[in-house]
Amino acid sequence: MRANYLTILILVTLAMGCTTKKTSSTQYNNLGKPISEAQIAAWNIDIAPNGDGLPSGGATAKQGEKIYQEKCAACHGNQGQGGVANRLVGGGALNTDKPIKTVGSYWPYTTTLFDYTRRAMPHSQPQSLTNNEVYGTTAYILYMNKIISIDEEMNAKTLPLVRMPNRDGFIPVIK
Amino acid sequence: MPKKNESVSRREFMQRSIIASASVGSSLAAGIAVASSPKDADFLTIDPWTKTQRQNFPNPDYGVPSSYEKLVTREKYANGSKTPLQKLRGIITPNGLHFERHHGGIPDINPDLHRLVIHGLVDEPMIFTMDDIVRLPAVSQIHFLECSGNTYAELKKRTWATVQETHGLLSCCEWTGVRLSTLLDRCGVKSDASWVLAEGADSAVMTRSIPIEKAMNDVIVAYSQNGEMLRPEQGYPLRLFIPGFEGNMSVKWLRRLKLGTEPWQTREETSAYTDLGADGKALQFTFVMGVKSVITTPSAVMKLSKPGFYEISGIAWTGSGKIRRVEVSVDGGKSWEDAILQDPVMDRCLTRFRLPWKWNGDSATILSRATDSTGDIQPTLESVLKARSSNAFYHNNAIQPWLVASNGEVSNAR
Repeated sequence: MRANYLTILILVTLAMGCTTKKTSSTQYNNLGKPISEAQIAAWNIDIAPNGDGLPSGGATAKQGEKIYQEKCAACHGNQGQGGVANRLVGGGALNTDKPIKTVGSYWPYTTTLFDYTRRAMPHSQPQSLTNNEVYGTTAYILYMNKIISIDEEMNAKTLPLVRMPNRDGFIPVIK
Repeated sequence: MPKKNESVSRREFMQRSIIASASVGSSLAAGIAVASSPKDADFLTIDPWTKTQRQNFPNPDYGVPSSYEKLVTREKYANGSKTPLQKLRGIITPNGLHFERHHGGIPDINPDLHRLVIHGLVDEPMIFTMDDIVRLPAVSQIHFLECSGNTYAELKKRTWATVQETHGLLSCCEWTGVRLSTLLDRCGVKSDASWVLAEGADSAVMTRSIPIEKAMNDVIVAYSQNGEMLRPEQGYPLRLFIPGFEGNMSVKWLRRLKLGTEPWQTREETSAYTDLGADGKALQFTFVMGVKSVITTPSAVMKLSKPGFYEISGIAWTGSGKIRRVEVSVDGGKSWEDAILQDPVMDRCLTRFRLPWKWNGDSATILSRATDSTGDIQPTLESVLKARSSNAFYHNNAIQPWLVASNGEVSNAR
């Protein structure tokens, strides 16, 4: 009996402790400050697969070739064949013993190529390319993979419409 | 066939376990000298360290391990480093031994200048300083973190020698920070928000998409690791920590969270961290780490000095809940015995298991097999390869065999 009474007393005390110590969000609504989307612009660089976030400007593969050869070829090869960094071109079928994953053989979205190039490339000088230069290198890599022609301009409108060869190669699990 | 699990006295256990740990000739060398027979004298003499007064305090003030433990380090590979699991005795990974995987190097971030932005599908976009974040209500949770590429090369063929190499992209720490839901509630999540983009401030500006259900559940925006501020290589001053999910999603150096309606299909969730099948189709968004275990002692490339008592010890973990059971086989999987689970057994945390073993000197293949609280059982390599493909690269949670040869040498028997 006594033990039961004690147990109840302890549980009640604990429960009261929990209620009184619970923090209400109004207690800390002075922490953090509102910020406008315009103020975030320099960081807001993600591109959605439907093209949301793509900047103005544009370039063809022909225009992008020079910047690719200057800034990308040293690591990725002058024909995208790879080097110290990943191969970008070709690769062929994926249902083999030694599949080769490249932009051409594996990547499902063109927007990912633009997004990643703009945020992280060139590896030693990330975020140093202009938007037109990113469009140009993106176009050139797509051209080397025979996905677009040399004079097709890639811009906010055209880039998301380019269908990658492995677009249907993924099965979302989401767990 | 080795006879297993004969009863062993506590005293014998203490003596022999020191010898068992001798292994790769490093950290416990000093311990062995005490336990083995004196060669030059039958009687103890007073040791020089007993007869010498030395400094009172360690130097530097931030303590470091004994000079005799110099070989206990991470092991570098191309893009990071691996944790020396064979040298760790409990479940906690010391901060200096936590594995690393970076995509654009380790940034040097002044916490006074670091900010976190939350925007997109929220009622009010907000910016938080580190001072704001450490003042918010905090939580501490102990969880494992595993790179989904851990053990990848063993899918194709026996590749690595030691458990550090095969399983060392794995750690377990206490993480302290603010619940992501606290921060998201502060901004007000719009009803159509279903994904969160997390972005790092490193030169890779790495991004991953996270389902809103998980983001609002148990995710931590962490600033502390095992009680101290994060190490630079773990995201100092701020990182995401997503319990049970593949390590890459716990974005380090966290600077921005954006809420949206669809995954962003970032580079790390398309070109990488997708699990290619034999048919050329890849599974995508395979977040939860499967139930897995590995024996860390004895493990390759230790050497058992002579037949007798050894404690088999290892770690088990699952991204789906708690470890419920670990079985050990010392006959290559013909028979299994339940190992003792060391308390505490916690949610999505490493669980230490142990089983006494008397090695009779015959060659023996030792294995461990974990079961979690959802009933999932760690698969054999054959079933992993059958269900997926040797091209999958990620999420290899297969049973790991070690071969103890009759000369005592332990090797990878994948």
